[in-house]
Amino acid sequence: MTVTGVRSPAATAARRKTRPHPLMTHLLPLLISAFFIVPIVFVFYWMVSMSFQTQVEISASPPTFWSANPTTEWYSQLMRRMPFLQYTWNSMVVGVSATAIGLAIGLPAAYAIARWKLTSLSTLFLITRITPAISFLIPWYIIAKRLGLGDSLVIITLLHITITLPLIIWIMIGFFEALPTDLEQAATVDGCNAWQSFALIAVPLVKPGIVAAIILAFIQSWNNFLFAAVLGGPGSQTLPVTVYGMLSFEQANWGPLAAAATLVCLPVIVGTIFFQRQLVEGLTAGAMKG
Amino acid sequence: MTTSPLPGTAVRRAKRRPAAPILFVLPALLLTVIVIAFPLGYTLYQSMTNWVITSPNPPKFIGLANYAELLRDQRAMQSLVRTLLITVCSVSLQMVLGVAMALVMNKHFFGRGLFRTLALFPVVATPVAISLIFVTMMNPQTGVLNHFLTSLGLSAQQWIYAEKSVLPALILVDTWQWTPFVMLIALAGLATLPSEPYEAAKIDGATAWQTFWGITLPMLMPSLFVALLFRAIDTLKLFDTIYAMTQGGPGTASETINLYLYTLSFNYFRMGYASSMVIALLVLVLGITLLLIRARKLAEDRS
Repeated sequence: MTVTGVRSPAATAARRKTRPHPLMTHLLPLLISAFFIVPIVFVFYWMVSMSFQTQVEISASPPTFWSANPTTEWYSQLMRRMPFLQYTWNSMVVGVSATAIGLAIGLPAAYAIARWKLTSLSTLFLITRITPAISFLIPWYIIAKRLGLGDSLVIITLLHITITLPLIIWIMIGFFEALPTDLEQAATVDGCNAWQSFALIAVPLVKPGIVAAIILAFIQSWNNFLFAAVLGGPGSQTLPVTVYGMLSFEQANWGPLAAAATLVCLPVIVGTIFFQRQLVEGLTAGAMKG
Repeated sequence: MTTSPLPGTAVRRAKRRPAAPILFVLPALLLTVIVIAFPLGYTLYQSMTNWVITSPNPPKFIGLANYAELLRDQRAMQSLVRTLLITVCSVSLQMVLGVAMALVMNKHFFGRGLFRTLALFPVVATPVAISLIFVTMMNPQTGVLNHFLTSLGLSAQQWIYAEKSVLPALILVDTWQWTPFVMLIALAGLATLPSEPYEAAKIDGATAWQTFWGITLPMLMPSLFVALLFRAIDTLKLFDTIYAMTQGGPGTASETINLYLYTLSFNYFRMGYASSMVIALLVLVLGITLLLIRARKLAEDRS
């Protein structure tokens, strides 16, 4: 994503002549960016640091910035006191299924919208993105109750597709539109039908976009709290709901809370480090087409 | 569609326009209808009944009575004002800070790559987890934020625990989480700007400030508009953060439409009345979105 503007040789020469001191070109932007970055990093530092502090340190005043004797007590408590791994698995199953289904039906839809310029359909999927989740959640709450599916991953997954599908479609429209049509036209001449030229020619060419869409869709599903909070039960709880459950207003259960918060954020943070480029591409492509 | 210039093109287009597009879109369309459109239609019907889940009486059709009640409902009106207030404040803060952040991050300096990656963290982190960490940080007695304030000689705050400071505190958290998103979009926009106007400005001896207002900002507008649109939509719908941090409290001081709606449905079980609010919220979010899109068209036509 670090595309720099094309500069004429004259401008480059002019820049070189008046090039300021390295202190100005490096130190000043570094300091100003630090002004933005420090508060960002501090919250994550605080979360991780608190998850390793002892109870005394957590409730100490002034606050403890660095634990004198770090403990893993809160992490082992999470594993002992509740089926934490089960909830992690639930989140995983919901995220993977919602992303896979979203991709399977969103990819052809995005292709058709881009190739046959189905603008009104793309608006329809934008409305899906705009609709407040709670507005279709209430009917689904009632349906789930009536069908006796109150505590099932199936309904939660189905609803999570409302997060992944519009996102995938919007990201992929951009990538398919950017694709030159020549190859597909040649394929049509050679006797490929629309489905074949989609699956055999277009899809392999937009792989970077697909990776971006998969990562973003999964993250959005992983982070969602509302759907499982309303429709989940003891067997179908997802991680964000578990994290929320750590907060009881009567007593400050902050150690386990920090540990659970760290664990729910860990996969997306690690994923961000690995797939940083694709993530940025997906975020900007999805937004630019909006 | 436009008329084809040549009859041959029309024939070819007719030939190349088989059932394929419909088949490609059909699964996505069906799923959207089943999961969203159908429930919404059902909600529209419910909004005209007096259904309460816990009531033994069967729901009765009451026409637009719920909507009339909505207009008289002080709590609903206050939650609407709060929703708009949070949206306007959060989004403007995020736009200003996000653009400033992008301008700095657009420079080539040592450590930029690392900083850009770190800046992505809030955008991808689980909102509920982050919100709860902020709750611990905002604790009036042991919280680290008050520790910072007092060591700077400023007075300690009640943050989310007082009626007058709860909305600013929530705006702070939302801004912390989403400013980097605006930065990202602005950075992508900056990368596409042509260099000629800058060279001309340099020759004319324009100051950095003049260049920003005269060139960068106007050319960046399309990207910024998209960021604005997405942030406005998401902030109007904001739920996780407020629910996790305050549940609408203290009292109802941070209750937004979404929160009130949640209380009506899942605490009071007034499904009929809540449904009328769902429809109102949907109309509001759609209306504001269309308004913003309209505003962009007008701005584009003028320039």
